[in-house]
Amino acid sequence: MPRVKHVSAKKGDVILMVGTMKGAFVLRSNGARKKWDVGGPYSIGSPVYAMAFDQRQGRHRLWWSQQSFRWGTVLCSSDDYGKTITEPEGYSVKFPVESKLALKNIWQIRIGRDEEPETLYCGVEPAALFESRDAGQTWSPVQGLLEHPHRPKWVPGGGGMCLHTILPDPADRKRMFIAISTAGAYRTDDGGTSWQARNQGVRAVFLPDQYPEFGQCVHKMVQHPAQPQRLFLQNHWGLYRSDDGGNSWKGIANGVPSDFGFCMAIHPHNPDTVYIVPIESDEYRCTPEGKLRVYCTRNAGKSWEPLTRGLPQKDALETVLRDSLATDTCSSAGIYFGTRSGKVYGSADEGKSWQLVIGGLPPVVCVRAALVDGEGTVSTRRRGGAEKKSAKKRNAGSKRTRSKQTAKGRMRAGKR
Amino acid sequence: MAISFRIPNYLASLAGGQTSLAIDTSPATVDEALESLWKAHPVLRDRIVDEQGEVRQHINIFVGDEAIRFADGLGTKVPNGTEILIVPAVSGG
Repeated sequence: MPRVKHVSAKKGDVILMVGTMKGAFVLRSNGARKKWDVGGPYSIGSPVYAMAFDQRQGRHRLWWSQQSFRWGTVLCSSDDYGKTITEPEGYSVKFPVESKLALKNIWQIRIGRDEEPETLYCGVEPAALFESRDAGQTWSPVQGLLEHPHRPKWVPGGGGMCLHTILPDPADRKRMFIAISTAGAYRTDDGGTSWQARNQGVRAVFLPDQYPEFGQCVHKMVQHPAQPQRLFLQNHWGLYRSDDGGNSWKGIANGVPSDFGFCMAIHPHNPDTVYIVPIESDEYRCTPEGKLRVYCTRNAGKSWEPLTRGLPQKDALETVLRDSLATDTCSSAGIYFGTRSGKVYGSADEGKSWQLVIGGLPPVVCVRAALVDGEGTVSTRRRGGAEKKSAKKRNAGSKRTRSKQTAKGRMRAGKR
Repeated sequence: MAISFRIPNYLASLAGGQTSLAIDTSPATVDEALESLWKAHPVLRDRIVDEQGEVRQHINIFVGDEAIRFADGLGTKVPNGTEILIVPAVSGG
């Protein structure tokens, strides 16, 4: 087993969360973002497809999904950057028995709106949206999507039938967007009771009707809080923008070497600026021409420019997956991405120049970044009213606590 | 009459550190035996079966030396005094 190291962070530091096929890593740097301390791995040996950092109400809580092909998928958390890990005794994200579904993986963890500080969301496989209204203690599926009439016709994409994008609308608490591979984009305007497909203009090259109501293979979708009516979408072939809340989409693949790709990230301060990493094709899922290039538009898709300084431009046959591109919220935004070959690159100057942050990792499937905004406190919370057990030595230095979900909590989750 | 379970090290670390668990019960089937195991050690349930109560794909359960996958599944009979083995499958990469 690898030796586990830990980092800690203070206000003004940046943390980089990296989920890999063999565990999670947490990196820390100061605001300059030149040198990084590396913490982890956590959940050693397990694929970690989703990570998130909750800083609301003074928390400094890391969340990540721990998938095991043997023991199933569980949501873990830590209030001290991984030194102490909480893994629920009874898995907290579970389908109700009557759904006849069983959880395969958690693809997305989304922190809720600031004004709903106890709310979190998970996107899972098979495609469903779970929500927690008690800061992650208990979870329940969003019934309107679980029972959606389109569900029988949704099919898995290459990675499985996953709900991988969750965008709570910052201006309208009743509105939310989600994206599913392969079903497309959906929007609710009534807090999750009903969901409408929002794919008009998005092409599904693999279907006889190439512009169906739903069935598109959306790979990632982003939205900027300053302009919530506008969305950008990286499709399985195709780059799109919507200016009307997803009602219609138009192509914006203007000057990219390929409009195939997985990942997409929006600039934290500029709603016209979006980053992608083009992939050659669905047949050859590597960077075109052996050049590792992040492409950026600064005019909402009218044109794109390659960002290459510091990135290998020869024999770089890389793949960057849908959740492996992220930004921090520093005034000069940091941009980060991870590759299936286990490298993480970062830019502290909005993509003008890049450096290798870390290499030699297992295949990277998730990257998230956050500017630490306070000292935070190490919680002594108890989940579900259960006794918090004494920490045990685990994984050569990490401690794991287990929290027991109460019967009441389980019932609530199953009924909603 | 007690029934015994042998569980892998990973699960033992969640259940008091023991790889061999004895429970005073006389189940007729594996399903009943597992129910008594969940009652004694609730933490094991979600790790061995999914939400639908199905044994996870990469876990094998044996009654004596018989794999329930090739017998009657969770309905496999449990003779008195037989040890039930819960074993991770040789799979993955």
